[in-house]
Amino acid sequence: MVEAARTAVRTASGGAGILRFLGRRLVQGVIVILIVTLIVFALLHLAMPQGPAQGILGMQATQEQIDAFNRANGFDRPLWQQYFTFLSQIAVGDLGDSFKLNRPVADAIGQRLPKTLVLALISMAVALVVAIPMGIYQAVRRGKTGDYVFTTMNFIIYSTPSFFLGLVLVIVFAQWLGLVPALAPQGDTVAQVLAKPAGLVLPVATAALGIIATISRYMRSATIDNLSEDYVRTARAKGTPMPVVIRRHVVRNSLTPVIAMLGYYLPVMFGGMIVVESLFNYPGMGLLFWTSAQTGDYPVLLGCVLVIAVATVVGSILADLVQALLNPRTRGELA
Amino acid sequence: MTTATAAQPATQPAARSPFRRGLRRFLQNKLALFGVVTIVLFLLFCFLGPLLHPTDQVHTDLKSTMLPPGTPGHPLGTDDVGYDVLGRLMIGGQVSILIGLAAGILATVIGTLWGAIAGYVGGTVDAVMMRVVDAGIAIPATFLLLILSAIMRPSVPLMIVVIGLVSWLVPARLVRAESISLKSREYVLAIRAMGGTHGRAVVKHIVPNTVGTIVVNATFQVADAILLVAYVSFLGMGLQKPATDWGAMLTGGMTYTYAGAWWLIFPAGLCIVLTVCAFNSIGDGLRDFFDVKGRDR
Repeated sequence: MVEAARTAVRTASGGAGILRFLGRRLVQGVIVILIVTLIVFALLHLAMPQGPAQGILGMQATQEQIDAFNRANGFDRPLWQQYFTFLSQIAVGDLGDSFKLNRPVADAIGQRLPKTLVLALISMAVALVVAIPMGIYQAVRRGKTGDYVFTTMNFIIYSTPSFFLGLVLVIVFAQWLGLVPALAPQGDTVAQVLAKPAGLVLPVATAALGIIATISRYMRSATIDNLSEDYVRTARAKGTPMPVVIRRHVVRNSLTPVIAMLGYYLPVMFGGMIVVESLFNYPGMGLLFWTSAQTGDYPVLLGCVLVIAVATVVGSILADLVQALLNPRTRGELA
Repeated sequence: MTTATAAQPATQPAARSPFRRGLRRFLQNKLALFGVVTIVLFLLFCFLGPLLHPTDQVHTDLKSTMLPPGTPGHPLGTDDVGYDVLGRLMIGGQVSILIGLAAGILATVIGTLWGAIAGYVGGTVDAVMMRVVDAGIAIPATFLLLILSAIMRPSVPLMIVVIGLVSWLVPARLVRAESISLKSREYVLAIRAMGGTHGRAVVKHIVPNTVGTIVVNATFQVADAILLVAYVSFLGMGLQKPATDWGAMLTGGMTYTYAGAWWLIFPAGLCIVLTVCAFNSIGDGLRDFFDVKGRDR
């Protein structure tokens, strides 16, 4: 997919330019989000063939009450009309009401999402700081012991369920060594969570290890590809020392595919957050999703899916944009 | 792990068939060999093991709970309701491996057909089909799995179908890319010129020529599916007791972490890691065998 994006950027730059390419990506993004809303609507209907009446009115509601509710709220109309109502509601940010939390879904997600984003951003930052030098080191020392050790390590981490990885970290660093708490800090706001950084160590480490295993592998192979490029030989022939060639040329060019990958990596990361948050009881959107799945709170579940899907689409477009900006062949057209 | 391919000299005897050459390359890849041996051992352990070590994995035995490993008759101890852990690893492994294999294959079949058709037909059909793939990728698999398990009662066939349905997107993209480059090859054009149908071109020519990509990706799909089964169980949406899988065993044991009951955690965890590692290394080996790019890893 990274390859596809790269080709797309290249083709666009040859034709009518980057703006047109971005325009096409935006249209595609809107279509993708529309398809997601269709999937979500279908799932809602599958989960609640009778509409949300039962969930909102409670299990004791009579059939008459349900019918009255459905008439009042338009749930007795044909499905396609209901879909358009649903669309116009989410277009203005109305994701419906939670069955269990006694508040609108958008509120509940709005309170949890920033905390998940903070956790995700810290984990991603830590992972990048470790994985990029690791990938470069592996590429430069390709086939030697150092490369082998890191490759094996990443291979094992990649094959380990993150909750097992997190559990091992808890046993070693919380139970045996007693260095950090095994539970994440609690609180309604980001500030409250950040106030106890020790509790963030294990959740961040668990999330970051998985990301490191993925990104360092990308970075390694991208760097290996670039090291065999002509410009490296040219720079060496002109007498530039290897470390300088790597710093000035190779790293920049190798980062491009990694950045492109990050955009597509968002859903994987959110999917991982649900596991990390449930393991450490971190009060983010993943935990909200998890508890909602336990209680059958479908409006919340599907609201979360919509938010993540939009984030993913925006993320992949941003990744394409950053990639285009880094690419000297297309940079000029935007600046 | 890809370095092994590059290191192979191009001086192989020309008389050898591509298959023999590939097989040789595969066997020289020690990691791939480790993978095959590990999987065979696990299959024997899970499916023949219960014959050598018969245990009751249906009825709880509350008189002998939490026995430590080494207790006579219970080499790996018992869990919190008295199931023998070694025996439970066997039946849990049956479920994990069965779901992993079946879901991986299902995902590969759907993804291959979807990608081959999209790439072959092209145009608007391709654009629409690939936007559907984009939409699927924008929804994290664990989220979709949790929603579907909340709606329906989890069972082995359901988990196979559901995991298969959330995992076909990556193979679809890979096969589409190959399909686009294959459809303008002479032999595909020839079939069309001779009056062969589009269906025939896709099934007889496009799909067989992507077999390398498909097989390599299928192996990785199985590895991912085994992980997904474990995640679903960890999130409490797995199979109902007394049925179990490695992920459910591991999750059940986590309650007793602080009680020091390591035998409820590490055996199941290691089984998952070893099996997934094994499938991933077979995938790496097969990529050398078929000499395809597979997926970036």
